[in-house]
Amino acid sequence: MPVYSFTLNGETVSVEAPADMPLLWVLRDMLRVTGPKYGCGVGVCGACTSHLDGNAFRPCIQPVSGVAGHQVTTIEGLGGETLHPVQQAWIDEDVAQCGFCQPGQIMTAVAFLRQNPHPTGEAIDAAMSENVCRCGTYCRIRKAIQRAALSTPEPSR
Amino acid sequence: MSQQLRLMTRRSFLAALNLSVGGLALGLFPNEALAAEPSGKTGAKPKTGSEALEKSAPGLNPNAFVHVAPDGQVTIVCHRSEMGQGIRSSLPVLIADELGADMARVKIVQADGDKIYGDQNTDGSNSVRGLYTDMRRVGATARVMLIATAAKRWKVSPDACEARDHAVFHRGSNRTLGFGELALEAGKQRVPKAEQVPLRPRNELRRVGKHLPLIDGPAYVTGTAVFGADLRLPGMLTAMVARPPVVGGRVAKYDAARALEVPGVKRVLELPEPKKPYHFQSWGGVAVLAENTWAAMKGRGALDITWEHGENVSYDSGKYREELLASVRAPGTVVRNVGDAEGALAGAARVLEAEYHVPHLSHAPMEPPVVVARVENGTCEVWAPTQHPQAARTEAARALGLPEEKVTVHVTFLGGGFGRKSKADFISEAVLIAREAGVPVRVQWTREDDIRHDYYHAVSTQRLSAGLDAQGKVIAWRHRTAFPPIGSIFGPVNRPAEGDLQQGVLDLALAVPNLRAEACEANPHVRIGWMRSVYNIFHAFSVNSFIDEIAHARGEDTRDVLLELYGPPRVVNTLEALGVKSLRNYGRSLEEHPIDVGRMRHVIERVTELSRWKERQQDGRALGLAAHRSFLSYVAVVVSLVRGPGGKPAVDEAWLVIDAGTVINPDRARAQMEGSIIFGMSVALYGAITMKDGAVEQSNFHDYRLVRIGEAPRKIHVEIVPSEGLPGGIGEPGVPPVAPAIANALFALTGTRVRELPLSRIPPVS
Repeated sequence: MPVYSFTLNGETVSVEAPADMPLLWVLRDMLRVTGPKYGCGVGVCGACTSHLDGNAFRPCIQPVSGVAGHQVTTIEGLGGETLHPVQQAWIDEDVAQCGFCQPGQIMTAVAFLRQNPHPTGEAIDAAMSENVCRCGTYCRIRKAIQRAALSTPEPSR
Repeated sequence: MSQQLRLMTRRSFLAALNLSVGGLALGLFPNEALAAEPSGKTGAKPKTGSEALEKSAPGLNPNAFVHVAPDGQVTIVCHRSEMGQGIRSSLPVLIADELGADMARVKIVQADGDKIYGDQNTDGSNSVRGLYTDMRRVGATARVMLIATAAKRWKVSPDACEARDHAVFHRGSNRTLGFGELALEAGKQRVPKAEQVPLRPRNELRRVGKHLPLIDGPAYVTGTAVFGADLRLPGMLTAMVARPPVVGGRVAKYDAARALEVPGVKRVLELPEPKKPYHFQSWGGVAVLAENTWAAMKGRGALDITWEHGENVSYDSGKYREELLASVRAPGTVVRNVGDAEGALAGAARVLEAEYHVPHLSHAPMEPPVVVARVENGTCEVWAPTQHPQAARTEAARALGLPEEKVTVHVTFLGGGFGRKSKADFISEAVLIAREAGVPVRVQWTREDDIRHDYYHAVSTQRLSAGLDAQGKVIAWRHRTAFPPIGSIFGPVNRPAEGDLQQGVLDLALAVPNLRAEACEANPHVRIGWMRSVYNIFHAFSVNSFIDEIAHARGEDTRDVLLELYGPPRVVNTLEALGVKSLRNYGRSLEEHPIDVGRMRHVIERVTELSRWKERQQDGRALGLAAHRSFLSYVAVVVSLVRGPGGKPAVDEAWLVIDAGTVINPDRARAQMEGSIIFGMSVALYGAITMKDGAVEQSNFHDYRLVRIGEAPRKIHVEIVPSEGLPGGIGEPGVPPVAPAIANALFALTGTRVRELPLSRIPPVS
């Protein structure tokens, strides 16, 4: 069976796995990284959303072979000593209900805010529209993203 | 029916403690088990809360819920399941407030499934409303014992002492003793009877009704909260099951050869067929056990199974809809009668009639069912996201033929429940597989499994008839309802029972002189189960839509007609007044929780004020209104509908007013109401499980759609009516008025009357 190496949350890891095995199961079953959640398996709910070289992606439809040599960041790799500002904003707005989709929501939001630090409401909705929350925390997700955006200073001109 | 709090002697508390310590310490204890495991290797058994509790076992432990250690650490057991309602923030605060504890020194431990805690079923919006007094008594008992101990030491009257800030104070001398200093001695006292323990006046409950921190918030946002699928046991295999696509079907034959060739697949085994009635038995089928989820999934895909579909193969949603329509067009069993509705209808100046249909719905919690189970040496241990840990224990024991005491059920976080996870079918299935496997097994359901093997919300057809006199006043009301009831999973039942009809039929307190309700036949062909708000969903939809139709027919405003139909403020507290033989009233007596029309009127009046109902039609938007009492709470909803892109109606704004009596945790109540609007929107806009040839046609979120963020209202306004009355439910009562409010707004906006959900089936309007 082939061996694939990639960077996971800052550390190099190697796994022996079939080429077509979705990264989600490599992470969860082999590497015990369970922050990315299984919700649909077909890339439509966003519960597993993580970052591939800094961009949001869906480990449930990403074969492990495709991430060899790349940087993978999961919710576990976000922040450091303290919470990432987006995680903090999620706490400040009491966003979570059952909490299951929230790692994926946060990872989508973090990647989005990097590209668009001061988004409009429409841009937030568009960016977050691929993440499902069955509990219906959407209004608070919007608020948390706006709050996190405020913590990033406006670029000076 | 009051929750019977079982108060323990010291000895039995220790027994309870030993059981409770097996409970996973969630949230507050980050995912140590997983973090501690070396990458790619099989790790140790997940840590539980046991260490902390064993160390603290000496001290004061007057009952199964609270423990005060000599170092002052207070441990509170949360015996209800956390599924997003914030129960781990709400119930412990009741205990801590009565005790006078400092929350910073309180640790919360999740209970295993055990009768020692009384009812643990986290269902029916019942935790706070059912346990408000009992949980306070739990804390008050410990408080009384700590005060008595301090008073004895100081040789003063206990009446001169009070407990607050984690200590007992003597008012006369300003002396203070910390809870920890008193714990050992207090623990030697006789435990007073819970009923005799005085409760604090409400204003001394310092945190009740205030903003409570979400104790598991940090675990949720860092990915460390342990959900059902997150556990790994040494030597554990992952299983997936190919279940019969039609309920009542069975495996005729199967060939596992190709599945066993998939790398990582270890074993294939056939599960026993369930027998009627299905209860919470496993579904039967063929299980594939593998080293990891992917191998199990591929192995299952490689199975060659021939199914024998059985009698339900002819179940077809289109045909069934016609059956239900025929059913409500004929008289059913009379379940409610006031006056003479038939006579009044016959003599009415005008009769209005309408039929409404709501399809099957699926719970679709974000985390599909999943269980970790281990069966060895005649014992069974289960880790599961279950709403009903004791039923999980009972069903696991039943499936295995073991006595219940040989089964331990640990409760993880639930990635959503909505009623799905109170059914123990997925647990029955997992323990059977684990027994055959001889090693720990995680049975993972895919989303497709979840959508196709649910206990579905009942499909329903309603026929409403109203007789109006010459002035337009409603003088007769007849409600016929047909749906396959939940009782059909427990026995041969083919029409709603009176017990099912408390939800918006028998308890509808209309001021109409002639009222009649009939239950009509509806044969079950799938497993039917309770889903958030249950039968209230279609009853609220039909009743509120029909009232809107009556208002339109009279050329009057829906709000005025709604208030007229409910009539003057009054308390309805007798079966005679309702014209029914019995009323479950959500397990509470009518004396304690009467149907209070004044409260209903108030939420209607408030929500229409807040939403500026007078401006209900302007500038391409229209408002829709609906109101419903369920789970002993009163809710009114207004939505503002606008024409979205492509003429598709969109909910722009929503207002919800709830009177739920005393609310312990207003922020979580608010969050539940916000979530109820979204949940109700998914029901209204997209919710439909349909059957063809006996099998479910939908499979995943692309064809069982849920509302997404871009469709969520710009703003959801929630008002909680201030009250010191007995608590009502929170988790469910927000949902029922949402779909009819949207349908009524759609009519106001477009003139199209929708009598059948979901609205996505309605062609776009221009």
